[in-house]
Amino acid sequence: MTFAHAIEEAIGKAMAEDPTVVIIGEDVHLIRVNLLARFGPSRVLAAPISEAAFVGASVTAAMAGLRPIVEVMLVDFIGVAMDAVLNHAAKVRAFSGGQWTVPLVIRAACGGGYGDGGQHMQSLWGWLAHIPGLTVVVPSTPADAAGLMLASIQSDDPVIYLEHKLLADYWLEFMGIGGRSNIQFDVPEEGAKGNVPKFMSEPPIGKAAIRSHGTDVSIVSVGVGVHQALSAAEQLSEKGISCEVIDLRTVVPVDKDTVIQSVSKTGRLVVVDEDYRMFGLSGELAAIGLENGLHFKYKRVCTESTIPYAHNLEKQAIPNIERIKQSVLNFFDE
Amino acid sequence: MQEKVSFSWSFGHNDPNIWNLYGAMYKSRLFEELVAGLWHKGEITGEMHMGMGEEGICAGVISHLEDGDAMALDHRGTPPLIMRGVDPVLLLKELLGRSDGLCKGQGGHMHLFSKELLSASSGIVGASGPAAVGFALAAKYLRPEKVAVAFFGEGAMNQGMLMEAFNLAFVWCLPVVFVCKDNKWAITTESKAVTGGSVTQRAESFGLPVYEVDGIDVEEVWNVAGSAIHSARSGAGPSLIYAHCVHLEGHFLGDPLLDMSRKPMKKLKEMTGPLVKSIIRLKGGSVKERSASLKLIYDAVKKNTQDQVSHKKDPVQFLREKLKVDETRLTALENNIKSDINSCLEELNLEQGDSWGK
Repeated sequence: MTFAHAIEEAIGKAMAEDPTVVIIGEDVHLIRVNLLARFGPSRVLAAPISEAAFVGASVTAAMAGLRPIVEVMLVDFIGVAMDAVLNHAAKVRAFSGGQWTVPLVIRAACGGGYGDGGQHMQSLWGWLAHIPGLTVVVPSTPADAAGLMLASIQSDDPVIYLEHKLLADYWLEFMGIGGRSNIQFDVPEEGAKGNVPKFMSEPPIGKAAIRSHGTDVSIVSVGVGVHQALSAAEQLSEKGISCEVIDLRTVVPVDKDTVIQSVSKTGRLVVVDEDYRMFGLSGELAAIGLENGLHFKYKRVCTESTIPYAHNLEKQAIPNIERIKQSVLNFFDE
Repeated sequence: MQEKVSFSWSFGHNDPNIWNLYGAMYKSRLFEELVAGLWHKGEITGEMHMGMGEEGICAGVISHLEDGDAMALDHRGTPPLIMRGVDPVLLLKELLGRSDGLCKGQGGHMHLFSKELLSASSGIVGASGPAAVGFALAAKYLRPEKVAVAFFGEGAMNQGMLMEAFNLAFVWCLPVVFVCKDNKWAITTESKAVTGGSVTQRAESFGLPVYEVDGIDVEEVWNVAGSAIHSARSGAGPSLIYAHCVHLEGHFLGDPLLDMSRKPMKKLKEMTGPLVKSIIRLKGGSVKERSASLKLIYDAVKKNTQDQVSHKKDPVQFLREKLKVDETRLTALENNIKSDINSCLEELNLEQGDSWGK
């Protein structure tokens, strides 16, 4: 099953079981056409390009009994609705003294690798994770995409659900390919297509997955970075370096235990983070290690700047397999 | 590198010089056809939003601009920049992501910036509204009698930031001309389905005079833009030009709705299987809800197809018909522009692709 299809199956299951689950967003009559056909226009609501209003409205709709899955298309566009996210969705539980929760899923496509410029390819999970009260999930396989979507819908608190455009084929078609057969992108096959258990197992939000066991270096990532890390690990094993690749799957809550266990074993941590380098996930993971008294060497492979439009520059600005390999090798050259 | 800028498209201010207007529109069209060809060849990455169909609006407005006027552009920034006089080679290099492009390959087609032309673009719907307000504010302090123009689509009329920008421009009495290019579609959603009331009345209720015009007819646009820009220059405050048009290439190249009308069998084959499965799938909406969905899908495709078919909605062809009275002059003008645009390809050692991606 494809990554995109897995998400749609999970949403279909949730919508069939719970009539309070609704989809709200721009262009959902086209991009969710199959759910529209099955559940009808009163459950799949097309919104105008008014992110501040429809995300804001989804917050109170969730407070008042619905379970909206609200879509802002690309996570970059969440900027327009940021007040609803930062000052409302994230704070209602605290402000209301726990009387009220916001069972809202904010779904957005994220990530680069297809040459669309720095206003359409950001990752922003660390930036969003900074805000207390938000859960941030970033699946990297079809099985997790389905399981985490189900878990997100069932969560009583607001969840930001980010699907990477290199994994979700329809987004890549919509944004990068546009019907062309002469253009290719580095799509991680294992992430874009894979088995999804018939009875979807729901990975608990906040539980990392160890994608490859190793003893010398821990590589921690989310999304497409996980697949890049796995490729790097495979190539490094030929040089006799054994890497453990951890897929966090959720940025918040972050699975500290899995990271701590791995890093205490390997003594070396590389964070591969497609979000910006400074003040984000990569620094947070270093802090977690230090706060827990670990002694380890540390490197990070992140997005270094505003993402350039030029595809060749973009490939260097966001993490890639070569940069990951080099970071690991640097441990052993020092 | 210093930008090479020419203002070869400056026009007279009393009557429209339709030959100059046609030249600007034709140049933009040829340039965009060249860009579309390169995109279809895979030499340009990402999305590509064309301004084909908006040329009448852009030329009618931009022909009134002078040195020191500012432009806040949306994700269709190529035609305004070409008409304003940006070097096509520099722009083409940017779209190709070259380090010697207009923005060093950093911006790309949705984020085109020219400091020299006081022009800035954004891919965020509605963002050109506040951007023009800021340009106009600076003009009020630093460049008396200069104006700022904002280009956006009717989808942006539902963005709060644009409504707030209307209000700001009015209360600060700023020299802004807001230009709404209404093609009836907000990405792939019909705007009528997601817009309440009258959008021109919205602007009027903020105190803006509204000039509603057929954007296919550049002369009409030229006339109203003259009044709007003159008011702004003379300190009478902001206004809105509301112009109707058609995007001949859909929302962007490869637009799935447009593909459906152009290659119906191929698209239907892709869509029908999953769609039929979904409609008959157990657990879901009532038969009534499901048939309402089908009607929505059918209507979207039908309306989109209807909007695309007529050549009468092509502003370049529309004006060309009038100019045919002087076939010799028309041919000479077109040949000149063709050779200009072709020389861009030669300069970059590129070969033209098929603009229609066949």
